[in-house]
Amino acid sequence: MTEPHELSFRRDEGQALEVRLAGSWTKAEGLPAVDELRRAIDLPAPPTRVAFDARGVLRWDSALVAVVDRLVELARARGVPVALDGLPAGVVRLVALADAVPERAGAAAAGRSPGLAARLGEVVLALWDDVVGFVPFIGDSVLAITALLTGRARMRVTDFFLAMQDCGASALGIVSLISLLVGLILAFVGAVQLQQFGATIYVADLVGIAMTREMGAMMTGIIMAGRTGASFAAQIGNMKVTEEIDALRTFGISPMEFLVLPRMAALFLMMPLLTLYSDFVGMAGGMIVGVGMLDLTPEQYVKHTMDAVSMTNFSIGVVKGSVFGVLVALAGCLRGMQCGNDSAAVGRATTSAVVTSIVLIIVTDAVFTVICNVLGL
Amino acid sequence: MLEAATRSVAIREADEPVGRPAHIVIRDLDMAFGDFVVMRGLSFTISRGDVFVIMGGSGCGKSTLMRTMVGLLEPARGEVLYDGASFTAAPPERREEMLRKMGVLFQQGALWSSLTLAENIALPLQQYTRLGPAAIAEVVDLKLSLVGLRGFGDYYPAAISGGMRKRAGLARAMALDPEILFFDEPSAGLDPISSKLLDDLILELRTSLGATIVLVTHELPSIFAIATNGVFLDTESRTMVATGSPQQMLASCPNPNVQTFLRRGAPARGAGASSAPGSEES
Repeated sequence: MTEPHELSFRRDEGQALEVRLAGSWTKAEGLPAVDELRRAIDLPAPPTRVAFDARGVLRWDSALVAVVDRLVELARARGVPVALDGLPAGVVRLVALADAVPERAGAAAAGRSPGLAARLGEVVLALWDDVVGFVPFIGDSVLAITALLTGRARMRVTDFFLAMQDCGASALGIVSLISLLVGLILAFVGAVQLQQFGATIYVADLVGIAMTREMGAMMTGIIMAGRTGASFAAQIGNMKVTEEIDALRTFGISPMEFLVLPRMAALFLMMPLLTLYSDFVGMAGGMIVGVGMLDLTPEQYVKHTMDAVSMTNFSIGVVKGSVFGVLVALAGCLRGMQCGNDSAAVGRATTSAVVTSIVLIIVTDAVFTVICNVLGL
Repeated sequence: MLEAATRSVAIREADEPVGRPAHIVIRDLDMAFGDFVVMRGLSFTISRGDVFVIMGGSGCGKSTLMRTMVGLLEPARGEVLYDGASFTAAPPERREEMLRKMGVLFQQGALWSSLTLAENIALPLQQYTRLGPAAIAEVVDLKLSLVGLRGFGDYYPAAISGGMRKRAGLARAMALDPEILFFDEPSAGLDPISSKLLDDLILELRTSLGATIVLVTHELPSIFAIATNGVFLDTESRTMVATGSPQQMLASCPNPNVQTFLRRGAPARGAGASSAPGSEES
């Protein structure tokens, strides 16, 4: 059961303001509004001095200290002297402690939230920094790749093999599941339409071409963005937070060569293999629908697929897969290297790595489609 | 006993600043993050064999100065010279060469978490020496023994305590037998006994390896126990306000901030308290 607190103001003829406090002044009872305090000080005119009478206070905690501190601040801002002697000794000491260090100039302004225009400006500038930040990183990556090709790169072969295992063999499970389901979905959607024309056998063509040209590479790219790209960003970002990257630099070891290169090379080599694997699993998914729902025989399905899918389709998918691999590795490592120095920054870096990778994958895929169209492939 | 006595004599001899050549020179250094100037007008010399302490209150730019000295940050102005050659103006390859003569112990050790302690120490040796795996293993074993971690080579950094991580970080910093060892807040997060042991280890290394030691710290017991020379960075005036040994500073520096710091907040003596901040002392 909370007891109400009492706050009253009394002006004497000499215009001194006495603040009378009584009852229970704890956080449970709440605090009076600042405006009420301001009115008491300002109306009818600022008093000549402020004094307190807190004899009736039964209990208090930081709620009372906050009210007194606010009154002291309001009075001092108006040049009115304040006498604290009517307050409990603990309150007097805490108010003195709170006032011991004056507010640092500009400290409050820094925390203030900017206006709409300023925020919009910040977003645009951040976006621009994002784009500009990518350019030197690509340059550094090219230099690191050159160092690798000329045998001067400082990286551990073990790291390269570990990265290959991580983004190759360890990813097979999820790639299998997603590709199989994508194959099933494609076949199912196609079957519903093709059944109307009695052309169900063309489900094999549809699934085969879609998987090899587009979906195999794209789905693998997106899986790797969420799985491996995020992991690269988190790993490297965390190394930044724990100063491990600084430690590399003080030994004259380039983080680009030591950390980025093995990851990029591993993903570049693994992605085409995963894409091919995804193509076949997706086609198997299509065959499950074809054989199970459309009364085709497995032989018919395989034969039709082999007739429909050309080497060009496979090649386009595999090339895309390699490019997506480089993009995912670049985005993951870049966001990791750009990471700030706290754990929240690692989270942001990870999110940003996935978003950047997926955007890059889709945009690049669109560019590929246009190029293939122009070349008549 | 005899060994301990000899060691203390050796330390005292090395304490003599007379005639020791300058090892590191900081000249007119300004450090800034964008428009915000952290410190300006830093100029001081660190002699070969010094245990040099960079001190000052929290957030005054001590670690920033150390990071600038090892090339992790670029100065806004001025230069850092090692053995008379400019480090800040050196091309990347030359800088890399100079870095090989330095070892840095970071605040939390900064061991590479995916590598074991032995691999952490072996990495710089693999990169910069022609030693074979067996020889590297020997050196790694020696470095781990020097910091009291013999037998811990196969542990990952996550599996050992904070104090051990710091010692392992020190072993890694010493991997290439550096001429200069930098320590960023070596005592931070350590209990008083581990902190004292680390101080003893630092002194021992300086005596036996003959290395110059640069420490960033605000731990008064460490400062008075091991530092032979130092600089005080003042947060208010954003510049250095005193150089010299901590004992000299305590005895004769007129700056009230230095006095308050070195006396752990106790009021400065009358003469010093009235002096304005920013007055130079040496």
